Amino acid sequence: MKVSVTINGKPHTHDLEPRMSLVHFLRDILNLTGTHIGCDTSGCGSCTVLLNGRAIKSCTILAIQTDGKEITTIEGLAPNGRLHAIQEAFRENHGLQCGFCTPGMVMTAADILKTNPTPSEQEIREGLKGNFCRCTGYHNIVKSIQQAAVTLNQ
Amino acid sequence: MIPAKFEYKKATSVSEAIALLDEYGMDAKVLAGGQSLLPAMKLRLNRPGVLIDIGGINGMNEITEEGENLVIGANCTHAEIAGSELVAEHVAILAQAAATIGDLQVRNLGTIGGSLAHADPSADYPAVVLACDAVISVQGKKGSRTIAATDFFLGIFNTALEEDELITAISFPKVDKGTYQKFYQSASRFAVAGVAVVWSGDHVKVGITGVADTPYRANAVEEAYDGTGKAASKAVDGVEVMSDHFADAEYRAHLARHMVRKALEG
Amino acid sequence: MGKYIGKSIKRREDIRFLKGTGRYTDDIKLPNMTHSAFVRSPYAHAKIQNVSTAAARKADGVVAVFTAEDGCGEYGVPCGWQVNFKNGDTMREPVHPLLAKGKVNYLGEAVAVVIAETLAKARDAAELVDVDYEELPAVTNPRDAMNEGAPLVHDQWADNAAFDWCIGNDRIAVEEALEAAHHVTELKCRNQRLAPNALETRSYIADYDVNNDKYTLYSSTQNPHLIRLLLCAFVLGIPEHKVRVISHDVGGGFGSKMFHYTEEALLTWVSKEIGRPVKWTADRSEAFLTDAHGRDHVIHAKMGFDKDGKILALLSDEYCAMGAYLSTLAPAIPTYLHGTLFQGVYTTPLIHLNVIAPFTHTVPVDAYRGAGRPEATYLLERLISKGAQELQMDSAEIRFKNFIPPFDGVSQPGYQTQVALQYDSGNYEGTLTKALEILGYEDFKKEQDKARKNGKLLGMGISTYIEACGAAPSAVVGSLGARAGLYEVGHVRVQPTGKVNVYTGSHSHGQGHETVFAQFVADALGIPMEDVQIVHGDTEQVAFGMGTYGSRSLAVGGPAILKSVDKVLEKGARIAAHKLEAAVADLEYAEGKWTVKGTDKSVSFGDVSLTAYVPHDYPEGLEPGLDFSSFYDPVNFTYPFGTHIAVVEVCKDTGKVDLKRFIACDDVGNVINPMIVDGQIHGGVAQGVGQALLEEVVYDEAGQMINGSYMDYALPRADDLPFFETSNTVTPCPHNPLGVKGAGEAGAIGSTPAVVNAVVNALAHLGVTDIQMPLTPQRVWKAMQN
Repeated sequence: MKVSVTINGKPHTHDLEPRMSLVHFLRDILNLTGTHIGCDTSGCGSCTVLLNGRAIKSCTILAIQTDGKEITTIEGLAPNGRLHAIQEAFRENHGLQCGFCTPGMVMTAADILKTNPTPSEQEIREGLKGNFCRCTGYHNIVKSIQQAAVTLNQ
Repeated sequence: MIPAKFEYKKATSVSEAIALLDEYGMDAKVLAGGQSLLPAMKLRLNRPGVLIDIGGINGMNEITEEGENLVIGANCTHAEIAGSELVAEHVAILAQAAATIGDLQVRNLGTIGGSLAHADPSADYPAVVLACDAVISVQGKKGSRTIAATDFFLGIFNTALEEDELITAISFPKVDKGTYQKFYQSASRFAVAGVAVVWSGDHVKVGITGVADTPYRANAVEEAYDGTGKAASKAVDGVEVMSDHFADAEYRAHLARHMVRKALEG
Repeated sequence: MGKYIGKSIKRREDIRFLKGTGRYTDDIKLPNMTHSAFVRSPYAHAKIQNVSTAAARKADGVVAVFTAEDGCGEYGVPCGWQVNFKNGDTMREPVHPLLAKGKVNYLGEAVAVVIAETLAKARDAAELVDVDYEELPAVTNPRDAMNEGAPLVHDQWADNAAFDWCIGNDRIAVEEALEAAHHVTELKCRNQRLAPNALETRSYIADYDVNNDKYTLYSSTQNPHLIRLLLCAFVLGIPEHKVRVISHDVGGGFGSKMFHYTEEALLTWVSKEIGRPVKWTADRSEAFLTDAHGRDHVIHAKMGFDKDGKILALLSDEYCAMGAYLSTLAPAIPTYLHGTLFQGVYTTPLIHLNVIAPFTHTVPVDAYRGAGRPEATYLLERLISKGAQELQMDSAEIRFKNFIPPFDGVSQPGYQTQVALQYDSGNYEGTLTKALEILGYEDFKKEQDKARKNGKLLGMGISTYIEACGAAPSAVVGSLGARAGLYEVGHVRVQPTGKVNVYTGSHSHGQGHETVFAQFVADALGIPMEDVQIVHGDTEQVAFGMGTYGSRSLAVGGPAILKSVDKVLEKGARIAAHKLEAAVADLEYAEGKWTVKGTDKSVSFGDVSLTAYVPHDYPEGLEPGLDFSSFYDPVNFTYPFGTHIAVVEVCKDTGKVDLKRFIACDDVGNVINPMIVDGQIHGGVAQGVGQALLEEVVYDEAGQMINGSYMDYALPRADDLPFFETSNTVTPCPHNPLGVKGAGEAGAIGSTPAVVNAVVNALAHLGVTDIQMPLTPQRVWKAMQN
């Protein structure tokens, strides 16, 4: 089936099997491998992208459901190969180790901070409920998002 | 994980969706937010031949005030409900419950209609629609009808919906005072005991999810309610309490009583 | 102290990860690549009556289907460590076939593999493979596996024991001391089974090149050379120069990606059979079923005290699950990595551990973050805290009474334990003192009293741990049954411009080697960090290596690199002396240049490097080039230690535990990058807390895993944890040139008993003395009811 979507600002039209999830479309067809797959049950959040500006799990949506919509992946968060304030904050605060959950964390953080520019620690932790990290114990991820909030509010 | 093959049909109107449901019958599943259905399909625990996507139907994701009721379109996402000012003003308990569902990403896609139709015995909404005496509007090939919340849930993943019927909206009588109290399962974050209490005058209506294989109204609690939390001791009267490795029947019954007490005293 | 060592330098690897341009194995697409799907056993134990692949072979897009009957049946993955029975009988070592033959022995064991043009087609066709099973009774609990009449995992042996083992003092002497003790504390528990859950699931691509008769295996492994060694020498019989293993970015390991798995070997074999590359990436469901699990000891332990709380003796009897087959390091985990830590940080004079290691109808059990040492620490730290509770002593005071006194391993000798090891250096009371200060112990006691009066259940738990890291002296591990050496390789290649490539056999899967290794190399050479590039994870770039596990990278991989740096500087000095027309002995090296002592005559590292490659005016007889490789075989393990303190509040109505504070004061020796050490501690603590409160793999009677997904297996989430309060003391390791001890596992080793001790402490006044892990709300609530 034909699917037309805007991904990271660029239009894409592809003929896809209906059963192809968005994450496989991104990774296998478009080679946007920054979006990762960490589970089968919509639990881990590694595949989080923005759909029309809101964080969703790209493993739990069919590519065809996104027809006509806008998707932002980790590759498109900041233009021209620069780092977004959230990405900068993760680097500054050692908010990543193996890097596998990182794109999902960053995209979720983007939603958290969009809907709540001054989140409390608890609000950040609740916002991250759908994202597993096995490396950091979340400590520096929460710190990173706290710092990104400050930067983005300046 | 990749689902088994299926045919995808995008419905642009309720009547088109119903016609498709009628055409494909048992072989079809309705795709709303997909947050429960798609994982099950990826694990190939669920393998419909046809998927009818209702996500694009116009007018199904509105929240409107209609007299003494607030009508929530079936395609409203949990995030839209949790963030709606109208819901916060008139049925705050619904927003409170919606905000506890799954996680941020799931709430951005999952819908109230999808959740109710799926009828997971540990889902959050059922407790609230029961306690609110919400009315579920459905449409099928024979036309529209409404189903009282108390008649809607028939068992695990089983509802009063006919094969060709679709939930179109849920109508909530406005609530002055209510609360949703949830004790969640630490892995799935579904309710082990989710209790919704709605007050009307001196009376309460109590909906409970996660405890039995079907969400229920705790009639015994409602009858015994004396303005304190004492009636909570009757939270599981006449109910066969579920048991799993996270909470056996004894502990789950205790949690139900405790969460009812907490809600009543809330 | 140099310019970089000791500083929290931001990680250079972060940029690619943050931009989504990391290169994990599943991100790689090779031309003409095929995909695979496994047909796995739905039973824990069953006879395979028949496998019918005809329909699958005919399905759309299928390239090939293989079962054990299709040419790979003779191959099996080996175990890398041999622990023989106490009576001298050889360890029972079943073949772990690449595809099951005749019988399946665990849920998820592979029976067939389908190769197809796309992953979806492989999955579809895998469903068409029809396997006829006759289900058999299964046993999953290691204690039950030794019962008379228990279902046998391997029919060729009379019972399920893979081996048994003991360590320490004479058992009778220990029993007599316990008999005579003023008080004996007992602990009966199960150190539960855990699923490792690296966020990146295992992924492999095998690519056979017919023109060169050469295999390339892309693998999400922690140790590419070790995989090559096992794959070549022990499984497929291919010479090593014909195999290249590449491990680019790896999304966490925690031990689970050390081992040589059947899928790696099978795909390598398949690639040649079909003449095309083939990829497999585990689903999370497959990861739960097939990644080697951790822990699973059934324990009965006793600790004897005198009336003052001094420990007199320690005895433990344990049944430690091996799973259906012996995974790469499995036999070493409950033995040499476990029993050897039974001294803990205490002066216990008499210690005995007896281990029975049974096969069970489960996926193999092997190293998982901490590997054997968390099990030892849990047992010791629960026993001493439980002992304090029973003796009505303060849990800090009893520890101070029993600590081995401080020793630096230089002016004072190392500490010889009752269980074979000699500790390098330690100041155990130091970390407890500091951690108690951070806690505010006296204030906490008042707060706890107040909380109890208000009906709140507030508790505090201490754990003072030690671990053995930096494995290990090859001769020692060889004598203990290891089938490989445990040295490390460090290769320093100075380019003509003075820029440096470092090739290390260590492997980074989150630890930040590209940054940390560059820090100490830059300091050792006195050059900017930007001039140092770290290369790892490719057997054809790095000469050899043993990989990363057991907190060994910096402690073993680091000195290997420094040895090569020394060789560079030694040769560089000869070139510099020639250029400066001075004697080598008259030169000193600092800040990237050689200077003739007492003069301002100097030559830079860059000039010397250039001269080494353009040797026109050059010392006579000296080879050109500045390129050295070294092997470093440590003389001893390293022994990080520390104190962890948890503060919890237990909900009296639900039993839910709220972790309010977590204080970690760790001593990992010298610290190269404090930011990274802190990060390692944070992650380890989260995993340890996960074990204490949330995680457990549960099998039912039939051997079905009832919680093999994130809907049922609870990993710690952001809202389960507080910020951690980390700090450290520094007791350098005396026997390696960096003075480092290792930080990868400390968090996971120290934290678990601290949390359990805290919960038990919160409930102590209700008469609770122990709760089985994980401390789920239900278990805690039930403990309160009794």
